[in-house]
Amino acid sequence: MKDQDSLSIAQPHPKGIDFIQKLGLVISAIGILILLVAWGGYTFQQNGLFLSLSLGTIFLGTVIYAARTYLTQPAGIHNNGIWQKSFTNRGMWGWLVGIVLTGFYVLLYWYPQYLGLAQNGEQNKGLVALFDPLSQFFKGQPASQWFMYGTIYTLLICSLGIKFMLKYRDNRYQAIRTLVVIVSQLFLAYLIPEILEGFSDSNHYFAKDIKNVWPLNYYFFQDWHLNNMLEHGGNLGMFYFVVGLFLFLVFTPIITYYVGKRWYCSWVCGCGGLAETAGDPYRHLSSKKISVWKLERWMIHGVMVLVFLMTFASLYGYFTNSVTFLGLEIYAYFQRPYGFLIGAAFSGVVGVGFYPLLGNRVWCRFGCPMAGYMGIIQRFKSRFRITTNGGQCISCGNCSTYCEMGIDVRAYAQKGQNIVRASCVGCGVCSAVCPRGVLKLENGPEEVRVKDNPILIGKEEIKMDVG
Amino acid sequence: MEHVVIIGNGVSGITAARHIRKLSNKKITVISAETEYFFSRTALMYVYMGHMKFEHTQPYENDFWKKNRIDLLKAYVQQIDTSNKQLRLDNGNFLAYDQLIIATGSQSNKFGWPGQDLKAVQGLYSYQDLESMEKYSATTQRAVIVGGGLIGVEMAEMFLSRGIAVTFLVREDRFWGGVLPKQEGELVARHIRQHGVDLRFNTELQEILSDKNGRVKAIVTKEGEEIGCQFVGLTAGVSPNIQFLKGGEIQINRGVLVNEFLATNIENIYAIGDCAEFCEHPTGRKNIEQVWYTGRMMGETVAQTVCGNKTAYQPGVWFNSAKFFDIEYQTYGWVHNELKENETDFYWEHEDGKKCLHLVYDKTTKQLLGMNTFGIRMRHEVCEKWIKEGRKMDEVMTYLKDANFDPEFYKQYEDEIVKQYNQENGTSVSVKKRDWKRIFSS
Repeated sequence: MKDQDSLSIAQPHPKGIDFIQKLGLVISAIGILILLVAWGGYTFQQNGLFLSLSLGTIFLGTVIYAARTYLTQPAGIHNNGIWQKSFTNRGMWGWLVGIVLTGFYVLLYWYPQYLGLAQNGEQNKGLVALFDPLSQFFKGQPASQWFMYGTIYTLLICSLGIKFMLKYRDNRYQAIRTLVVIVSQLFLAYLIPEILEGFSDSNHYFAKDIKNVWPLNYYFFQDWHLNNMLEHGGNLGMFYFVVGLFLFLVFTPIITYYVGKRWYCSWVCGCGGLAETAGDPYRHLSSKKISVWKLERWMIHGVMVLVFLMTFASLYGYFTNSVTFLGLEIYAYFQRPYGFLIGAAFSGVVGVGFYPLLGNRVWCRFGCPMAGYMGIIQRFKSRFRITTNGGQCISCGNCSTYCEMGIDVRAYAQKGQNIVRASCVGCGVCSAVCPRGVLKLENGPEEVRVKDNPILIGKEEIKMDVG
Repeated sequence: MEHVVIIGNGVSGITAARHIRKLSNKKITVISAETEYFFSRTALMYVYMGHMKFEHTQPYENDFWKKNRIDLLKAYVQQIDTSNKQLRLDNGNFLAYDQLIIATGSQSNKFGWPGQDLKAVQGLYSYQDLESMEKYSATTQRAVIVGGGLIGVEMAEMFLSRGIAVTFLVREDRFWGGVLPKQEGELVARHIRQHGVDLRFNTELQEILSDKNGRVKAIVTKEGEEIGCQFVGLTAGVSPNIQFLKGGEIQINRGVLVNEFLATNIENIYAIGDCAEFCEHPTGRKNIEQVWYTGRMMGETVAQTVCGNKTAYQPGVWFNSAKFFDIEYQTYGWVHNELKENETDFYWEHEDGKKCLHLVYDKTTKQLLGMNTFGIRMRHEVCEKWIKEGRKMDEVMTYLKDANFDPEFYKQYEDEIVKQYNQENGTSVSVKKRDWKRIFSS
């Protein structure tokens, strides 16, 4: 069957959009236009006004559009046309979005001057300058490209998170989860760190997003970061240091044992937060092939080995006051390559830039060492599973299609097996889209996590040969 | 090496093939004229609605079949030569078999309506039906659907997803009246109408009218009303797809007649799934079962027999499920459209009119016989256990929370349900908290 392209005039587009939806789109387009004009290099005279206008209209327009779209339909699953629209089926618009996003990330990481970041003591220009007033408000200094990025990032999670909540408005798991995603981003990742930054010694930056735990925050144990926390950070630095250790060593394994890695990946994580909200229209693009699953296991565990190695070298250097490890310069051979290849290229450029092409969880699935660490716990020592409801599966494939982590959920469900997989982030969408009530995310006794299912064949004498 | 040939690559035939491979080293060939690879028939609607691509309806990757040494043959079987144990194919070739499994599924019912063979008049069963729906959709403003059952409601949802108006004709006085009790029928009807479907009960199709190109332009009801439309969906059930067996050695009635071992009158020939008709059903159900789940069970059962472990078909407690637009339906045991002599029932409906629980139990023994739920997911193992063991109603009510399978954080209604039960029956059942030990003890 040929994919319909929404641009084709031969195929009438399913139900056009009405006036209020258009209004919402136009309002948010104004805000996006302001950002694009600034990105193009134009520096507004009244940055404060235009920034407020831009952020306000993007938020308002998105919410109006989403409310009108979903509240006019009965509550339910709203995936009509996903694979028929160029925007979401790797069509022309999808590629265009992918290219723009990727380009943005390349500039953000390596050429921030083209976003307007001040060079050689000059003033910010263009896009970064647009965010100066807000940055001045929080911490009394001009914006960096990271402040600009963090603000837009938070805006996207908030506005598209509300869209997601409206899309799944009858699903309380999705509603509560997404609310936590929004609150975590807005407060823990954005407001609190930016406000604390204002009180801190701005020459000695350290990470203040408390939930950005090592090894996702790969530079936590690098010497400069340890120094900034412990020597220049005062009580606050010490607090972040102790909490950082505690989260990794104690909190994460215990909570992951009880509820799986979802408490982090799909509830509080910033990368996960963007994936679940802004990335939601692309969740079906993850590959479900067995060969890709194999690749995934090599890659995610490979990155874990790299982060351990890099961190070990960093700590060695820190404690021995040495700049080399095994005769290799720590910065040049460990920290810089990891930061460049994994921290920037993988998690940023590919991780988000490729949303419209490879799905919204490329980084979480193939790269994130935090996800890898929790995945091992989830796979081998956890109460979390997705329970398959007896023999009710009809192999339709909605669960697998909409799994952002590329798990072939159906392969388990149609055999009556529970799903116990290291990569599952517990977003709950497989359960939501299942038309027969087959899947349930549960935390239950470990003994019955994986079970044979005699109901499937309806005949107890034949033991199910699972394989 | 013994050669097992399976006609039909639907869930029955493919399940048989997979299990024969697990149990033996036999040569296996699966023949289908419909598609090259197995796909989930129940998911065709999602392809049309753009939720999935066709490839997503295929539960196994394409190299699965070669890896598991299951040969796939795209051909149509014209005749079974039982005396020489070979099949005549439409490409002129012959294929010899040692054991044969017929799993040819169903076709949409047509009841001799005038105009039923016009263009854009069809059911929804096969991949080709989907292609045809797709082809005519671009030029359809209104579709008329005839027959109030599961496929009809799917078709209505499909058309609405493309902004095509739907008139839905149902012969009975309520929705899916041959299966659902009155309350559930009304609940579903309300929801279908909420989606903007022009749903008409007690309305029968008289005739389908043609335009000058041989395509439907309108239908006429028994009352004489003419409804203009560019598509007619015939969804008044399905029947076994067995024309190619007519006049042959294999005994047929409506379907291929089989005994409890799914064996036909000819040695080494079996029939499973939608196309099989039991001479006498092993558990007293209807003799033809046209459900995904029973097809799968028959496939597993016949695989045992074919591999030398003669096994009777003995399905457990009946279950089924469906989704009517946004409302999920699950059923366990037997809830008939009308109560039987010895039965009585308990019905609870949520105030939003989209959720209900209907329990049917024995008047005298108070043992649970069956349950329907709409908008509430139930745990299969628990429901099956209760029905199989004939749990009494008071006990069912006490442990109702064990059976809930709704996602986490969903509002639960057991307290409300049991309160109503106590009021109606003068009982004082109190609901127990969910208990893992009870759930998993079997």
